[in-house]
Amino acid sequence: MTRTATISLTVNAELVTATVPVRQNLVDFLRHDLGLTGSHVGCEHGVCGACTLRVDGRTVRSCLMLAVQADGCQITTVEGLADQGLSHALQAAFTRRNALQCGFCTPGMLASALSYIDAGGDADRDAIRAHLSGNYCRCTGYQSIVDAICDTIQESRP
Amino acid sequence: MTGPLLRSDLFDRPNRYIGQPSPRADAARLLQGRGRFVDDVTLPRMVHAAFVRSPHAHARILSIDTDDGRAMPGVVAIYTGADLAAHVTPYVGVLTHMAGLRSAPQHPLAIDVARWQGEPVVMVIATSRALAEDACELVMVDYDPLPAVLDTEGALAPDATLVHPDFKSNLAWERHVTAGDIDAAFAQPGVRIVEREFRFGRHTGVTLETRGTVCDFDPSEQKLTVHYSGQAPHMMQVIFARHLDLAEENVRVISNDVGGSFGIKIHTYGDEIATAVAARLLRRPVKFIADRFESFVTDIHARDHLLRARLGVTDSGTIVGIDIDDMTGIGPFSMYPRTSAIECNQVLNLTGAPYVLENYRARGRVVFQNKVLSCQYRAVGHPIAMAVADGLVEDAARLIGMDPVALRLRNLMADDSYPRTSATGMKLDDLSHQAALRKLVQIMDYDALRADQIAARAKGIYRGIGFVSLVEVTNPSPMFYGIGGAPIASQDGATVRLDAGGALHVSSSVTEQGQGTNAILAQIAAGVFGVDLDRVKVTTGDTATTPYGGGTWASRGAGIGGEAMLQAATALKDQVLDVAAVMLQTTRDTLDIRYGAVTDLDGTDRMTLADLARTVYYRGNELPSDLKPELIATRHYRVTDFPFVFTNGAMAAHIEVDTETGFVKVLHVWAVEDCGRVINPLLVDEQIRGGIVQGIGGALYEECHYSEDGQMMNVTMADYMVPMAAEMPDITVAHIETPTKTSILGAKGAGEAGTGGAPAAVLNAVNDALHPLGASLWQMPMTPERVLTALYAAAT
Repeated sequence: MTRTATISLTVNAELVTATVPVRQNLVDFLRHDLGLTGSHVGCEHGVCGACTLRVDGRTVRSCLMLAVQADGCQITTVEGLADQGLSHALQAAFTRRNALQCGFCTPGMLASALSYIDAGGDADRDAIRAHLSGNYCRCTGYQSIVDAICDTIQESRP
Repeated sequence: MTGPLLRSDLFDRPNRYIGQPSPRADAARLLQGRGRFVDDVTLPRMVHAAFVRSPHAHARILSIDTDDGRAMPGVVAIYTGADLAAHVTPYVGVLTHMAGLRSAPQHPLAIDVARWQGEPVVMVIATSRALAEDACELVMVDYDPLPAVLDTEGALAPDATLVHPDFKSNLAWERHVTAGDIDAAFAQPGVRIVEREFRFGRHTGVTLETRGTVCDFDPSEQKLTVHYSGQAPHMMQVIFARHLDLAEENVRVISNDVGGSFGIKIHTYGDEIATAVAARLLRRPVKFIADRFESFVTDIHARDHLLRARLGVTDSGTIVGIDIDDMTGIGPFSMYPRTSAIECNQVLNLTGAPYVLENYRARGRVVFQNKVLSCQYRAVGHPIAMAVADGLVEDAARLIGMDPVALRLRNLMADDSYPRTSATGMKLDDLSHQAALRKLVQIMDYDALRADQIAARAKGIYRGIGFVSLVEVTNPSPMFYGIGGAPIASQDGATVRLDAGGALHVSSSVTEQGQGTNAILAQIAAGVFGVDLDRVKVTTGDTATTPYGGGTWASRGAGIGGEAMLQAATALKDQVLDVAAVMLQTTRDTLDIRYGAVTDLDGTDRMTLADLARTVYYRGNELPSDLKPELIATRHYRVTDFPFVFTNGAMAAHIEVDTETGFVKVLHVWAVEDCGRVINPLLVDEQIRGGIVQGIGGALYEECHYSEDGQMMNVTMADYMVPMAAEMPDITVAHIETPTKTSILGAKGAGEAGTGGAPAAVLNAVNDALHPLGASLWQMPMTPERVLTALYAAAT
């Protein structure tokens, strides 16, 4: 149970090589080994969405992926979101709409929202709600999050 | 000094922020992954705790063998309850003003007997959490299972197993309330009675960030530092000091970002206390972060009430009285230090509180059982009190053939009738039930919804409309806890400091768990003092650096913490103007502070605050020697004359019942809330919406299921249903602002009304939908199974 493996991956455009326990989750590796604490752990079995991030352009629950599985992958966490373009617009809309309270779900919520927008999703409230159904928020009641995503879509597609 | 503060001076100033929908300054940090939650804290030499927890609801602990665990590489220490008992004193969750409440001494780790599934029994410390969990597997505990007390009603049976044999029964507390003569009122000619049995399932908070702590002990100074995810740092400071026998001043409690709390993280949890003890024994930092399973079986649960309730009404629609009998199970101990009798007490105090009631009778009984401890969770008692009263009100409306809005308008307290008391003697003032309900009916377009309902029924679609008129207890005074001996401050303090650059640094003893506490404190300070909002920096959540106070709970942050900030900012403004008057060779009453500058009353700039502050701090030689500038002010505030400040509101739910599947879909919710002066409508509206969604969770989905031997069955987030985005409706929020006269700010709380009111509105809407089918349902959560069972019972 203490077996390790050495992995190389790109995290937020930075090449990382590390030796990790083979049983370690990707999110634990990012948080505790790399200090990227923006990805959060809420349930450890893929239900709450707090650890959602991008791996090779796909949206992944990083509590359901082992660190060793990320060998050779490109990972983008909330810390690696660009400070311009779509992700910045989305963050601004979240601020304007107060689409977060405690902020614990927020990094995962942003990742899911970006995947929806990137896939060409419309400013359709029901469709957005369905897409976010894997991201639990106990604070906001979701409405302001849906508002923020709608705003971002409408602003980005004149 | 100037004369008494005039509200208009504060709220109509040129650079006012109170009342503005300003986005939160700290949102950017959280949106960029820069939050600092307790699991983000890593300290040098830090080790990790995991716990062996009782697999039984009730069992004698015969022996504990830790040898194999201790031998495992990476294990630093293993402690049993007996090991820790020498270093920490047990605690008892009673308060003197809850007369008759009893509970037994509770230890951080169970000693001799485990009393619920999940109770911590052995603590393992290792160099990683994973290794600590591995070692937990090697610890052998031999249990002798005992019969478990599970269902609330059975707990008081003469032959019931006793959770605490010394007590001779499982009754923890009982209270009776009588006003008027309910039996005589119900016996009057023409009075008709509705009677129902209500059941409210056990549910829990499911904060997305689980509980956790990082404790560090410095033996050189006998100093304990606790990184705490919670709501009441000063309360926890006292508790750690008292039970670890440390000087209070040697305990520092720091609460950075908190990933949701809702009343969950404001109690004394054995695993967190044990972590502090371990840090002291090991002289190094120890981290404990609960996993989701641990959260479900140790975070406080709430509700779990069974009530029989009656309401009497005349044919013309006058409610003559309410009679309730409430029973609730609280687990094996009363939670320390706030106790587990408060929710029942609130049910007795609040049922029917919006209505003119001449006659009221209530009995409440609180019983021990072998389940997780229950205690104060968001909207303590309110969902029960509101659902019982307003459930019966709408049941009565159906009985006498009256519209539920009309029946309410006839019986709600008149808006011009305050101050007054409720039937239970609660002091009420500045409420607006009638106006709130009228506004609600208007914004929801009630008549159109009723027309839609009739049209839908013709097509076999069963929609329902349900209402609630509610009160919320906010801004508690010392009468809430302090009077009963709890180390819980009811006053809060605020400090406002003008720095050399002309910015304000403010600190407060109320805390931030996402509500936007820091944002509204900044708005108040900026607007009242006279600087731009972005020139205010806020510190909260640290016993070493903030004024002393209670924290944020019971919807007290804005009303109490905000008022302290208003008074501190006003005081600093007076002090700064005194200095400015000397420097400008004028009198203070000719000057103001606006947008970061000292100005004439017409707004003409005279000097910047930076110029003033730099002169004071760097070039004091330029000032007269008898001028002693103080560019910092602190004020404290507590509610006097009232035990707490009530708010009110009205809500409506529009739902659709699928009679084939029993599934209830919430189509829309409307809320009209009167929380007094609204400091930031953007934040308040989100509080209301989030609260309503939490209330919908309790009404439709959330329930802790137990097996017959006391195992909690749904201990994952896949099994315990919480509201997710797809099921939730859009929610329309509107306000009536009746400022409380208890403060200059006039703000009441807004944190819990949604959770307190939504279940009643949803219950009423479901029963409105089921009524044409002859069915009704009085149990929450209203699951598809229960809806179908009600429909089946009506059809057979």
